[in-house]
Parts: sequence; C-alpha cells; structure tokens
Amino acid sequence: MLRLEHVTMKYPTGVTALNDVNIDIKKGEFVFIVGSSGSGKSTLIKLMLKELEPTQGRIVINGRVLADIPRKQIHKMRREMGVVFQNFRLLKDRTVYENVAFAQRVIETPTRFIGRQVPAMLTMVGLGDKYKSFPKELSGGEQQRVAIARALVNNPSILLADEPTGKLDPKNSMEIMNLLEEVNKRGTTVVVVTHNREIVNLMQKRVITLKKGVVLSDEQRGGYLDEN
Amino acid sequence: MKISTLWYSIKQGCKNIKRNRLFSLASIGTIVACLFLFGVFLSIVLNFRYMVKQAESSVGISVFFDEGIESTKIDSIGEQIRKRAEVKEIKFISAEEAWENFKKESFKEEEDQEILEGFEDDNPLADSASYEITLNDISMQKSLVKYIEGLDGVREVKHSEDVANSLSTLQVLVGYASIAVIAILLGVSLFLISNTIHMGIAVRKEEIAIMKLIGATDFFVRAPFIVEGVLIGFIGSIIPIGLLYFMYDTIVSYVLENFSVLSNILTFLPPSEVAKILIPVSIIIGVGVGFVGSYTTARKHLKV
Repeated sequence: MLRLEHVTMKYPTGVTALNDVNIDIKKGEFVFIVGSSGSGKSTLIKLMLKELEPTQGRIVINGRVLADIPRKQIHKMRREMGVVFQNFRLLKDRTVYENVAFAQRVIETPTRFIGRQVPAMLTMVGLGDKYKSFPKELSGGEQQRVAIARALVNNPSILLADEPTGKLDPKNSMEIMNLLEEVNKRGTTVVVVTHNREIVNLMQKRVITLKKGVVLSDEQRGGYLDEN
Repeated sequence: MKISTLWYSIKQGCKNIKRNRLFSLASIGTIVACLFLFGVFLSIVLNFRYMVKQAESSVGISVFFDEGIESTKIDSIGEQIRKRAEVKEIKFISAEEAWENFKKESFKEEEDQEILEGFEDDNPLADSASYEITLNDISMQKSLVKYIEGLDGVREVKHSEDVANSLSTLQVLVGYASIAVIAILLGVSLFLISNTIHMGIAVRKEEIAIMKLIGATDFFVRAPFIVEGVLIGFIGSIIPIGLLYFMYDTIVSYVLENFSVLSNILTFLPPSEVAKILIPVSIIIGVGVGFVGSYTTARKHLKV
C-alpha cells in the first residue's frame, strides 16, 4: 500500500532530513509516526505527497513508484490520499458545507453527487447540523472534523494526518483520534504523524519512531518511545 | 472540460476581479487607454486609406499629344498606356469634348455666353485631345508619368504629384506612429495584467495549495486566473469601442462644420464602416492581451 525503500532526503543546504528509511504500511493499517521536532516527520509527509523528491531510494504508493509519475499525473496520485493538517487549513470565507464540497469540486465531481455526499460525510464526522457555519464559528475540534470530512469526501485509500491534535485540548484530541479510528475501521489506511505522547500510548497502534532522520523503532501495538 | 468546471472557473474568475478590485481596475484602465488610442489611430489610418482611394479615383493623369498627331498614333499610345499595371482606367477626351467641358465649367453665367459667341465655329482647344488616366495606387504615379513622358508623340503629362505624395507619406507616417504607440501600450497592459494575476495568486495562495493537495489538475487551478485575464481584456476592449463609436460621428461632424474648407478635400468613412473593423480587432486584441498575460503568469506561478 505505502512503502518507503531506502529513502534518503538531503536538502540543498546539506541537512539530511531522512537517512535510509524503510517503512512498509499495509492496506487497512493504523500507524503512528512519532518523533521530536527535526526527526524528519514533516519531510516524510512532503515526500509521500510528492511535494519533494527523495535524493535516494523510492516511494511506492498503491503499487506505483512516485518518481515514475509524470508531473501531469500527480493529481491522480493525490486523489488517492486525504490530508489533514495541524492548523486545519480551512477556507475561512466559506461555510462548512462549501469547504467539504470544495474538495469534490476540485476533482470535478458532478454537482448532483456533491449534494448527496457532502451531507453524508458531515453527518459521519458529527457536524450534520453545522453545515451553514463558517470556520471561525466552530471550536478547534469541530474545525478539525471539517478538515477530516474534506479529506475523506473523495474516498481516498490513505488518510495522512499531520499533527491532527497539535492545536487541540486533550478532550478534543481524543475525539479526533476516535474519529480517525472509526475511519480506519471503515477500511481507510490511516497514517498519523504526531508527537502527542498520551494519545499514542492510549491508542495502542503500530508506532514508528523517527530520530534525526532514522527509524529508531517500529512496533506493532507500541507506545511513545523515549528517544533518549 | 465539464460545464460545471467552466461555470466554476467563470465564477471564480469574477470573484478574483472583485477581490483585486484596484489592480483589476488599473489593468482595465490601461487596456481601455491602449485600445482607445488604437481606435483613434485605426480610425485615422482607415480614413486616410479611404481618402487616398478617393484621391486615386479622382486625381488622375492627363496626357496631351504633339500637334497634328494622327489618330492611329493616339490609339497606339492609348494601347501602350492601357497595358501598364498602374492604370485603373483610361479615357480618351477629344478636342471637341475638351472644349465642351471647358465651356460648361468656365462659362456658367448667362453674361458669359456673349464671350463664347465669337468661338462658334472655332475650337481654341483644337490640339487639346487627351487621355484621362486614373490609377490603381496613387504611389505608383511617378513611375507611370515617367513612362508616358518617354512615349513618342506625347507632348505633355499633367499630374498632381503633391497630392499623391503627401497623402501616401502621411498614411505611412500615421501607420508607423500607430504601431509604436500601440506596441508600448500593449506592453504596459501585459505587464499590468500579469501583476494583477500574480496578486490574485498571492491572495489565494492557501486555497491553491489545498487544491493542489486534494488533487486538482493544472488546468483546474489555472482556469479561474485565465478567465480573470480574459474578462479584464474583454471589458477593457468594450469600453473604448463604445466611446469611439459615439465620439467618431461627433468629431467628424464638428470638423466638417467648423472647417468647411476641408469638407471639399476630406471625405470621411461613415461610423458603421469604421466599427466593422474596429469592433472585432479591438476585442481580439483585448481578449488576446488578457489571455497571454494571465496564461503566462498562471503557468509560471501555478506549477502543481
């Protein structure tokens, strides 16, 4: 499903963000990628989204080597992945409904489908009654739910969540993680990049720990590893 | 492209114009100024061409023959002239016709008829048979005159070199001036449209980044900006067309009324004739500048 083979990423400045990283994530898995700042987590996300190209090694997603995908075909690969960010990245001038519908409009989904799928997705994330609200009228947790609905509305096979609880209190963080677990149970592969120790320890999922660009550990049903 | 995508791009393009009101207005204003000047120059050039054409059909060459020349020789000269590419029409005016024409033009009043009484059986213009030649292109007059002057049996070739030369020279000068002014203004318009689009891209940076991550195609991301540029170009071309159309008639009437001496020399094209060329050319230029400016900028700054 998602495989990194001997991936090294060296920036032009000389900094090595990832060094010979090997990760294999199977279909339907729920995986935490943890590590302190500078461990290479953000670089990993950018590589998976083909925003960056690795200096060595290759990344395979759904059987396709990312490096072999021509620039004009990148959008097809990205449609197979949903992305959730720490700061939600919602469009402030649009309602909850419009934010989620935007994801479908962008991939040119017919309007009649948008009208059916968006309300269903908002109900799933528990915001069925807030479709008219603007992001500023919602709590952080609610905004992240909208972002998750937007990421899922196009039925991606993988959901990448980059610090999804980074701006949330413990209660909202837990709710978001429960939602992601629910999404995972429905068949979507979920990859969560985080440094939220409590959440990781509580969820008891597969945990890959990165330190200074190297995979320090990869444990099934693991906890947040003390890097020191 | 799907209809819904086209509609979305048009809506977003309009929103972009609204969001960047000031920049959009500046771009539209520059295109209006550019195409207004273009329209003014085009109207002048079209009218010059029209006047030159008029002159070509009225300003002609008169060819007079040696005294006592035989009619077969006159026919032969006529044949030689007729073969020339510069000649549009050649007409023989006999001495009798020349005298009749002269009488009609010069002795219109009744009291003048007394003067003519002495000429009843006489033709003072007996040796004034001639060929009246009109030209295809007034700038060719010089070469034709030179040729005819070299023909055997030709006494004199009368022509108005000044009119021909000055009209042709003016037409060329106005043409060059138009090209220079329009080229500069088009450059400025392109620059401003490019800046407006760049500004729009900067304002919508976050939205564009999300679109790219969700899986939008290059075309989907760029289309609203191209629509924006084309709309700016289109609006910028419609305004000067309207202005020029209403101003043209007013100015032509004013010139002819206040400078009546010119009305004998100048013949202006009707507004509908100028509009036939001005409307499509202005729209093509406006939309073209908008398209090129926005397409190149969007291509440069919106790589997915």
